[in-house]
Amino acid sequence: MIHSFKFQQHNVLLDVESGAIHELDDAAFAVVQAIERGNDPFSAGVAEETVREVLADIEELKESGAYASETPVAPEIAGGSAIKSMCLHVAHDCNLRCRYCFAATGDFHGALMLMPFAVGKRALDFLMERSGSRKHLEVDLFGGEPLMNWDVCKQLVAYGRELEKQYDKEIHFTITTNCVALDDEKIDFINREMHNVVISLDGRKEIHDALRPTVNGKGSFDIILANAKKLVAGRGEKEYYIRGTFTRENLDFLEDVKALTDYGFQQISIEPVVLAEDSPYSLLPEHLERIDREYDALAAHYIESRKSSDTWFNFFHFMFDPDGGPCLRKRINGCGAGTEYVAVTPDGDIYPCHQFVGMEDWKLGSLDGPELRSDIQASFLGCNVCTKDTCKDCWAKYYCSGGCMANAVLYGGALDHPHEISCHLMRKRIECAVGIYLSER
Amino acid sequence: MKHMQTIQKPCIKAGKNTACGECQASCQSACKTSCTVANQKCAKEEK
Repeated sequence: MIHSFKFQQHNVLLDVESGAIHELDDAAFAVVQAIERGNDPFSAGVAEETVREVLADIEELKESGAYASETPVAPEIAGGSAIKSMCLHVAHDCNLRCRYCFAATGDFHGALMLMPFAVGKRALDFLMERSGSRKHLEVDLFGGEPLMNWDVCKQLVAYGRELEKQYDKEIHFTITTNCVALDDEKIDFINREMHNVVISLDGRKEIHDALRPTVNGKGSFDIILANAKKLVAGRGEKEYYIRGTFTRENLDFLEDVKALTDYGFQQISIEPVVLAEDSPYSLLPEHLERIDREYDALAAHYIESRKSSDTWFNFFHFMFDPDGGPCLRKRINGCGAGTEYVAVTPDGDIYPCHQFVGMEDWKLGSLDGPELRSDIQASFLGCNVCTKDTCKDCWAKYYCSGGCMANAVLYGGALDHPHEISCHLMRKRIECAVGIYLSER
Repeated sequence: MKHMQTIQKPCIKAGKNTACGECQASCQSACKTSCTVANQKCAKEEK
């Protein structure tokens, strides 16, 4: 399978199954597009002799396995499937009332609840026992808002450090926080112990305050920005992301990216909201053309900004390193929800991921129970880009890895039917990422 | 080749030394809502 597209002045050709990337002149691009669409290459409006030269180039690429290459076979994961990553819901409560919150403003459609240390401790024990031969494990302190259960967060990190020695493993703790309840003591601890911090901040003050009010209805921007700046200033070389959300209210989200860089942040991830069509904030098919243009504008701004160390920044979805990227098995398996990755609620229930929490049909089990539901795990294991009809013929499959499975269930209608709007946006971002890679070479 | 320039040779790793399972779960990195692997690093390469 091949995919050709234009990015700025570049004519780009991807060989999907091998990952090879070629840049084409205008004649070759016209010929390849004709072939891709099933048309006669000699009808592409290119001189016959030139078409023959392009076809010769294609033959040369085919011989080197870099054009329309065969689908490779991925080895199975060494040691079999094991749980290596856990989202710990330490607080089903939040001090914000974000209008687009997937977690029903923190309680996940259930009771407001904080995770007792004993439950978190059992969850970490469970992770150790189920992680098989995996050396590197991940635990995200998540909510709601995890800082609302701060003492337990600290206790869990201390316990995790004991388990690392006991089991000869490494835990990368991360925290996803809105920063409202940060203080100096928490900042010091986070910057010492957390491998990565994901900070929720949407960009411009007016956008953020309209969508992320506090419990009493006031804007949260000022306190979050001040705390986030302080937190990031102390992180040194450690990872962080400013993680914003855009909705139909700010389709001009480039302005939010610019605002975030103006505040001094360099690691930025702005995500499209995913909500039901009838939500006043959801993204709809009629918004896609506008969003595509915004990604193009963001890409152009990104390339220019990165030419100077003073304005350099990183955008999560434009990161692309073909040589250092993941192996085929990872690209096929994707997020690992339900098999490599689970979420644990404050009362010890286990779900395939944080987005499934509260969906009883998808509950895998409990820390108190003997076994996880093997039928649900089998559903996830059997659902990947090689098995899904909508993915196996998609050129983006090895870059996207099949999309969010929770969004597939919630908004696509089934585990194996990805959310179409998310697919469109993913393909657009990947084209930008590849184009940026070409531009920056 | 006259009309095509290879920028990146075949790079999707599928050999016997792959699939170690040590890489980060993609959803844990930054997004928490969308699954992307193109922007992830191979755990072996990172070392």
